[in-house]
Amino acid sequence: MTASYLTEETSIGSWLLTTDHKRIAILYALGITAFFFLGGAAATVIRLQLLSPNGHLVSAGAYNRLFTLHGVVMVWFFLVPAIPTTLGNFLLPLMIGADDVAFPKLNLFSWYLFLAGGLLTVLSLVAGGVDTGWTFYTPYSTLYSNSNVMLAAMGVFVVGFSSIVTGVNFIATVHMLRAPGMTWFRLPLFVWSIYATSLVMVLATPVLAISLLLVIAERVLGLPIFDPRFGGDPLMFQHLFWFYSHPAVYIMVLPAMGVVSEIIAAQARRKVFGYAFMVYAIMGIAVIGFLVWGHHMFTAGMSPYASLVFSFLSFIVAVPSAIKVFNWTATLYRGQIAFDAPMLYALGFLGLFTLGGLTGLFLASIPIDVHVTDTTFIVAHFHYIMVGGTVSAFFGGLHFWWPKITGRLYSEFWARTAAIIMFCGFNFTFFPMFIMGYLGMPRRYYHYPAQFQPYHVMASCGAVVLAVAYLAPLVYLGWSLFKGPRAGANPWDATGLEWTTPSPPAKQNFAKTPTVTSEPYLYHEDGRTHGDPRSLKPHRRQDEPAE
Amino acid sequence: MKISDRDREIILVPVLVWIGLMVALAVTVTYAFWPHAPVKVEVALVIAAIKAALIAIVYMRLSRSPPLLRLAAVAAFLWLLMLFGLTFADYLTRAPG
Amino acid sequence: MTRAALLHEPFKNIPREQEAFLLGLWSFLASEALFFGALFLGYAVVRHLHIAGFDEGARHTNAVFGTANTAVLLTSSLTMAVAERAALADRARLARIMLAATLLLGLTFLVIKGFEYREDLEEHLMPGHQFAIPLRGAVLFFSFYWVMTGVHALHLTVGLGVVGRLFGLSLGRRLLENRASIQTTTLYWHLVDLIWVVLFPLFYLVARG
Repeated sequence: MTASYLTEETSIGSWLLTTDHKRIAILYALGITAFFFLGGAAATVIRLQLLSPNGHLVSAGAYNRLFTLHGVVMVWFFLVPAIPTTLGNFLLPLMIGADDVAFPKLNLFSWYLFLAGGLLTVLSLVAGGVDTGWTFYTPYSTLYSNSNVMLAAMGVFVVGFSSIVTGVNFIATVHMLRAPGMTWFRLPLFVWSIYATSLVMVLATPVLAISLLLVIAERVLGLPIFDPRFGGDPLMFQHLFWFYSHPAVYIMVLPAMGVVSEIIAAQARRKVFGYAFMVYAIMGIAVIGFLVWGHHMFTAGMSPYASLVFSFLSFIVAVPSAIKVFNWTATLYRGQIAFDAPMLYALGFLGLFTLGGLTGLFLASIPIDVHVTDTTFIVAHFHYIMVGGTVSAFFGGLHFWWPKITGRLYSEFWARTAAIIMFCGFNFTFFPMFIMGYLGMPRRYYHYPAQFQPYHVMASCGAVVLAVAYLAPLVYLGWSLFKGPRAGANPWDATGLEWTTPSPPAKQNFAKTPTVTSEPYLYHEDGRTHGDPRSLKPHRRQDEPAE
Repeated sequence: MKISDRDREIILVPVLVWIGLMVALAVTVTYAFWPHAPVKVEVALVIAAIKAALIAIVYMRLSRSPPLLRLAAVAAFLWLLMLFGLTFADYLTRAPG
Repeated sequence: MTRAALLHEPFKNIPREQEAFLLGLWSFLASEALFFGALFLGYAVVRHLHIAGFDEGARHTNAVFGTANTAVLLTSSLTMAVAERAALADRARLARIMLAATLLLGLTFLVIKGFEYREDLEEHLMPGHQFAIPLRGAVLFFSFYWVMTGVHALHLTVGLGVVGRLFGLSLGRRLLENRASIQTTTLYWHLVDLIWVVLFPLFYLVARG
């Protein structure tokens, strides 16, 4: 048996200086896992503090620093890089039949940037933390906050650069390294989603960089750019910040949509319904996502006419998302659904994302937005998208491609259990926030009126359940890594070039460049989309030998 | 002295563009300092746009680039339009004062 | 014309690799355009709010320095364009001379900018307690002046680094095989020039005469 990419070289140096996209994916995975649990720890303390209306578990100042830390770490060091840099890095070249990304050295450089940005942010935490909230709103961040705004902003600036570099690399990869016959409309939807995400990264992140640079310039050099006393306009910061940070939501959720498309097709044994429209929807979301940032500013003092325009555009962006939800559902229809762990996560995504998206429509309408702005309703809404959606899909993808990445199988029982617990724990934690937010519970409050306590207790208990669901994979996937049964090349009997390589793949992905002759997701033996269920390829169970 | 085609491509074209750029610079500075000339800001910006276009099209070879590279340039332009357009949708419609 | 360009993994043929490098760089330039675009937007918004203050501020910059620097930078774009075309046509000597000229012109720009900054500081045009112009908005004009010219100078310095690298390669007679580097460096240099071309009227010309 030939050596895999994991065993070819084993020294620490061969990992830290690797230019193999598969190893870089693993390096990123280590990084984002550490940040995920750091951000999660902060959330745990926040939930404990909110158990009682007048709690004093931490001081008010520390509470502000904790939710800022939670936001900064989770947004920039987990959610934005999570799927693109791990599954994206690992799978993109494999899925298009290439041996690596276009610029392998740049890929490694990007990881070191990620690390440097992370280090700066951790440093700001060690030096006492930041209390501005993850949004760094001026003039608080520039004039009043005495915390380490500059260090944290620099950390985010650097990790943003890492994001741009990764985006550039993926764009060039998808354009230039597709195998012969791999035309655009034969690309797996995951590749399309990573491509669209890269476009957003490249075109949005520089504007975030500028907004942070201007905050730093105002704090350090004393240039009163946003200072209202000198005629500066704090709202301009919000325009710049949300020009990035709203599309950033799509950086988080587009790759998740890609993952879910792959899982649903493979585990329902169905061709993705309306493939072309899925592609248009992905690209549509990426572009229209740039036109809606003002809905974060309805109550901030923006002109009512601009609010009207942004409100309208925010309704429009729901259309492609809805198309995707309908198409996933239609793919399931008359499918031979296997309720394996990846599918459970994918179905969880479907439900939670839909709920998050529908409440997003509430928020696009100005009167409701004015009523619930800065309440926990908002917190619930974006956690349904980012955590219920993106994190569920990330775990789904992790379980789906785990055999490919590690060459091992995991305990299907524990994986299914964890998926179900995660879905329940998530709703338990965040659904109460919709209700209390609608009733008037503000977000980011340290103490609160006693009438909201039942909801907070519910949310905090749910968080414990959720924590169990997040920690469980550490145990059973850790076990799988060392003791799990060996996986075959294609344990799910799925389509896609990545499954034609051994598990785990060799250092060089393809001994011979593959040639693609057919469209993706041919799960019917005769290639028909609709038809007799008897023409469906039967499932092969995971524990049966693959070949 | 006869100029070969290669020299034309290597030297003559860039020099001609440079002359154009310098003339534009002279014009824009002169106009800016001309007492009481109308629409100064607009003229300065139009001339800047012409200079930028010359650099992008000839020096950066957009005129001869594969469509893909032109698309990247066009994308940058379109996204700048979105950024400016929607931000000014706010500032231009705010109530005065 | 048989000099082989270096072929790197994972590419199988040279033209594809070349185009990948160019596409990668153009994507990066698009990103840069949004980076500076956000600054231009900031300038436009605050000018819209304080036209009188911005005009007053713009009368205090030194148009002589600004115009001279524009000429210097446009000329450096000429030398860089010739250097690229010469290198791609295998004329190593001409390319080397033109790269050296580009480096010199780039340095000249920074030196002139340095003199200008010194004069600005002496005239108390740095926002702070002693800021020279009382009119509302002028201090914001100079906030943008310092940030935007500073960020541009930083980009130019990076440009000097990458052009310097090409010059080093040309001294070691290894320039011509690095076609992708030649093209990408040239594009970056021109973009830095292009940004200055837009920046120049905003800070030096809008309120003269």
